[in-house]
Amino acid sequence: MSIRASATAESLGATALEPEVAAAVGPSLALRRLLHHRSAAAGLGVLGVYILAGLLGPLLFPFNPAQNHLVDVFLPPGRPGHLLGTDNYGRDELLLILNGMRYTLSLGLLAVAIGLVVGVPLGAISGYFGGWVDIVIQRFTDVLLAFPSIVLALALVAGLGPGLRNVVIAVGVSSVPAFIRLVRADTLRLRELAFVEAARALGAPPARILLRHVIANALAPVIVQATLQMGFAILVAAGLGFFGLGVQPPTPEWGELLGEARNYIFSDPKLATFPGLAIFGAVLAFNLVGDGLRDVLDPRLR
Amino acid sequence: MLTYVLRRFLVAIPTLWGVATVVFIMARLLPGDPARVIAGVLATQGDVDRIRRQMGLDQPLPVQYLDFLGSLLRLDLGRSAHTNAPVLEEIGSRLPYTIELAFVALVVAVVIGILAGVTAAVRRNSKTDLIISSLSVFGISMPVYWLGLMLIIVFAVGLHALPAAGADQPTSIVLPALTLALFSVGLIARMTRSSMLEVLGQDYIRTARAMGLGSGSVIFRHALRNALLPIITVIGLQVGSLLGGAVLTETIFAWPGVGRLLIDSIFFRDYPVVQGLVLMFGATFILVNLLVDLLYAYVDPRIRYS
Repeated sequence: MSIRASATAESLGATALEPEVAAAVGPSLALRRLLHHRSAAAGLGVLGVYILAGLLGPLLFPFNPAQNHLVDVFLPPGRPGHLLGTDNYGRDELLLILNGMRYTLSLGLLAVAIGLVVGVPLGAISGYFGGWVDIVIQRFTDVLLAFPSIVLALALVAGLGPGLRNVVIAVGVSSVPAFIRLVRADTLRLRELAFVEAARALGAPPARILLRHVIANALAPVIVQATLQMGFAILVAAGLGFFGLGVQPPTPEWGELLGEARNYIFSDPKLATFPGLAIFGAVLAFNLVGDGLRDVLDPRLR
Repeated sequence: MLTYVLRRFLVAIPTLWGVATVVFIMARLLPGDPARVIAGVLATQGDVDRIRRQMGLDQPLPVQYLDFLGSLLRLDLGRSAHTNAPVLEEIGSRLPYTIELAFVALVVAVVIGILAGVTAAVRRNSKTDLIISSLSVFGISMPVYWLGLMLIIVFAVGLHALPAAGADQPTSIVLPALTLALFSVGLIARMTRSSMLEVLGQDYIRTARAMGLGSGSVIFRHALRNALLPIITVIGLQVGSLLGGAVLTETIFAWPGVGRLLIDSIFFRDYPVVQGLVLMFGATFILVNLLVDLLYAYVDPRIRYS
C-alpha cells in the first residue's frame, strides 16, 4: 500500500471533512483523489492495460480454436511470432491469454453483480425492518458464510454442471453474504438518522426510503466491497476453471489454461507461469484499487 | 458468562440445522439420478430400483428430509458410492492429514502475520512498512493453485530440494503448508497493522510511554494485547478459508486430506461423500467460530455483559 498517499488521504479525511461528509464525497473529487493515491493509481493502471489488451488483443489476433499447429508445440518464449512461446497444441500463449482475458474478467464482474443485486437489498431490508425478517435473513447469511467460498462454489458447480453461466451463479451465490452483512450494518446506523426519520414521517413508502435514503447513503462501503470482491470472485472462478469444472476448453479462460498447464509443469513450466501471473495481476489490481477507494471514500473503514 | 455461552449455543443450533438443510437441498438439486450413478453403467433397471429403495429415494421429499436429519443425529452419513465404506470412515481416515496441514499453516500464518503487522504498525510510513504492506497485498491476491505450482517448479523440479507431492516424507508438508499459509499471512498482517495503529493512537499508550516504560513493553504488553481482539476474530474466520484453501492445496500437492477427497469425489460423482464433506466443512466452521466467540468473551468482559 502506498504510505505517503494514504497518509495524505487520511489527513484530508480527518481535517477537511467530517467523517459523515467524507462518505458522501462527489464522484469527480473521489476520482481525483484516487489517481493521487499511489497504490490505487498503480491498480488502475494495471486494469487499464488489461482492459485495453483484452479489447484490442482479440480484434488484432483473433482466436481460432481449430487452428492448432502441431509442429510448433512447446516453443520457448521469445521465438519470432510467438512472444510467450506455444502450448501443447502449438497455440500461441500470448494469444491465448489475450483472448482469455474477457472470460476471466467477465466471470468476476457478473458474479459480483449477482452478489450486489441479491445482497444489497437483503442487507437493507434486514437492517431496516429488524425483528423476524432480520433474524431469518441473518441466520440464512450465517449458513452461507459457514461454507468456504470455494467449497460452496465447487458444490454448486458439481450439481449444476460446468460452463460460464453456472460458474457465474456459483461464484455469485458465494459472494452474496458479504454484501448482506455490510449493508445491514450501515442500515442499522442510517435508519436512526434524522433524514430517514423525516422521510418516514412524510409518509414515504419503505421501498422508496430504502432505495433513495438508505442504500443511496450506504454506497461508499458497497463500492469498496464490490471492488475487493471482484478480486476474490476472479480467484474462485479461475479456481473452478483450474479443476476443469469451470469454463470448458477450448475457451482459453485463465484458470482453465492453468489447469491444463498443470500436466506439463515438469516438461514446460512457462505454460503454468503466464496464465497464473495474469490472474495474480488482475486480483492484485482490484485489491489495490479497493484499498485506495476505501481510503478515499470512507476513511472510517480503515 | 453462562448466559452468554448458552445464548451463543442457541444461535449455533439453527445455523447447523440450516447448513444441513442447504446440503440436503443441494443434493436433491443435482441433475441425474444418484441411484443410477451408484448402480453403475452395467446395472439393470431392477438394480437401480432396488438401490433407490435402499437409499429411500422413492419416498416423498419431506420424508427423505426427516430421514436425512434423523441419520445426521446418529452421525450416519451413508456409504460412499465409490468404495462402499461408510462416509464417516472415509472422512475420518483423511481428516488427520487436513488437520495437520491446516494447523501448521495456521501457526505459520499467525506467527508471521502478527510479527509483520506489529512491525509495520510500529514503523508506520517507513520503508519497512511499505515492504510489509505490499507483500501483504501480494499474499491476499495470490491464486493458491498458482503459488503451489510455482513452488513445485522452483523447489521440487528446479532445486530438487523438497518433495513435490504426497505425504510420505517429513519434509513433504513444507510446500503445501507454505502455499496454504500465504493468504492468511497477508490477511492477518493487514488486520494486525490496522488494529495496532488504532490502539497505538490511544491515550493509555501515551500514558504508558510517558511513565517511561520501554517501547518493547508498551508494544507487546499494552498495545498488542488490546489489538488482539479483532485479530482473534480474523483468525477464527481464517479457519474457513484455510479449509477452502486446503481443497486447492491438497489437490495440487497430492496431499491425502479431505480437500482432495472432495475433488476426487466430485469427479467420481460420489454424492454421499461430497454431501458429507460439505456438511463437515460447514459444521467445522460454525463450531470453531463458536469457540472463538467464547474465547473472545472470556478475554474481553465487555462482550459477555453487553
